[in-house]
Amino acid sequence: MTEINFAGERHALAPDETVLECLERTAHALPFSCRNGACLTCMMRVRAGTLPEAAQAGLREGQKQQGYFLPCVCRPDADLEIEAPADAELFGRAMVSEITHLSASICRLRLRTATPLFYHAGQFINLRRGDGLVRSYSLASVPRLEDILELHVKRLGGGKMSNWIYNDLAVGEALDIHGPNGDCYYIGGEPDRPLLLIGNGSGLAPLYGILRDALADGHAGPIHLYHGSRTAKGLYYGDELQALAREYRHFHYLPCLSGTVDEAGPEPGVQRGRADAAAFADHPDLSGWRVYLCGYPPMVQTAKKRAFLAGAALRDILTDSFEMQDVRRLPRD
Amino acid sequence: MSESLFQRIGGAAAVDAAVDVFYRKVLTDPHVMHFFDTTDMDGQRAKQISFLTMAFGGPHEYTGMDLRIAHAPLVLDGLNDSHFDRVAGHLQATLEELKVDEASIAEVMAIAGSTRDDVLNR
Repeated sequence: MTEINFAGERHALAPDETVLECLERTAHALPFSCRNGACLTCMMRVRAGTLPEAAQAGLREGQKQQGYFLPCVCRPDADLEIEAPADAELFGRAMVSEITHLSASICRLRLRTATPLFYHAGQFINLRRGDGLVRSYSLASVPRLEDILELHVKRLGGGKMSNWIYNDLAVGEALDIHGPNGDCYYIGGEPDRPLLLIGNGSGLAPLYGILRDALADGHAGPIHLYHGSRTAKGLYYGDELQALAREYRHFHYLPCLSGTVDEAGPEPGVQRGRADAAAFADHPDLSGWRVYLCGYPPMVQTAKKRAFLAGAALRDILTDSFEMQDVRRLPRD
Repeated sequence: MSESLFQRIGGAAAVDAAVDVFYRKVLTDPHVMHFFDTTDMDGQRAKQISFLTMAFGGPHEYTGMDLRIAHAPLVLDGLNDSHFDRVAGHLQATLEELKVDEASIAEVMAIAGSTRDDVLNR
């Protein structure tokens, strides 16, 4: 029987139970969000015992060495003594410096931190509001270009955090942030490699960061960005992206509308159909390409397979899938 | 002393070169593709790295029992000799594509073939 020792109490794990499930069963309220080893919201630390490898997958080397692990994917084989990390170890403060509505359902949130955050454009941070609710958002800002952090928040039906940001949060208020996390970002040192960026909805956020990071780095190979939306209004940042495409001849911006003509509205220069479908039709051979896929999980998952079968190496396919916590049905945008 | 099979083939770098080629082959073969997970492609790739390392004569911790347990649900779903042969064929084609010498290919195929009864839970 495997046991965990937490806060001076011992709890036996049920068969196949995760540490997070065990702590919930024994009435410990821990913060969590994705329950899938992705968002790092529930991160804890081991004091004694051996962790299964899966409990630390996706953490940075430094975090692993310090004994951090993810209880939501931790099914230990041996007894563990664990603790919740001190709050200050994980969270820093940030102040809201701007909230701009970019479309009916997407707003731009800009944050300022007291000390600079070291991150790559395209990674994500966790936001925590006063009552402890935590959600992950990807970084559209580029550290070498701007001091602020920029996030794109899509308002979702039933989304607790997104509706709060949309309706209640105001400039000047403070939020706790944790991060950066994730490995979906521009990798320098291979300036000639062709890049394919595919995103739908606010999946544009990490891609907008990755794109500008690549251009600022002097990336010389072709860069193709396909942004998909159901409606024309959902194709936010179109002017900015078209301006970049005029300035950089090797950058190609391809907005795609997947809604019916009535829903989408007439829009010159916009392709019909889904962004991923258009991208794979235009680029049937992706050998040697690096591919970035950001947005709704079903698109990311199918596109990952298609990109791989089209010749991209699996390690060159970088993804940022939305996690959607309190959303049963997605309003389509 | 002569080099081991794993060294001759090119070690971990050879596994790395082979894994995507091999995975692409099984994922596009309608006869076996449904046995390979595409919801967790990175996890699947890691498993195939372990398998290829073993088949290439490299360091591994596989036991016959591990192979039995891992494949038991697939056997219930109908995994049989015909599927084993297809996947073995994809392994051989991968090695030929990567210009591995014939003698080494024969050794790899012998190691892979030795797992048949465990994989098929016989």
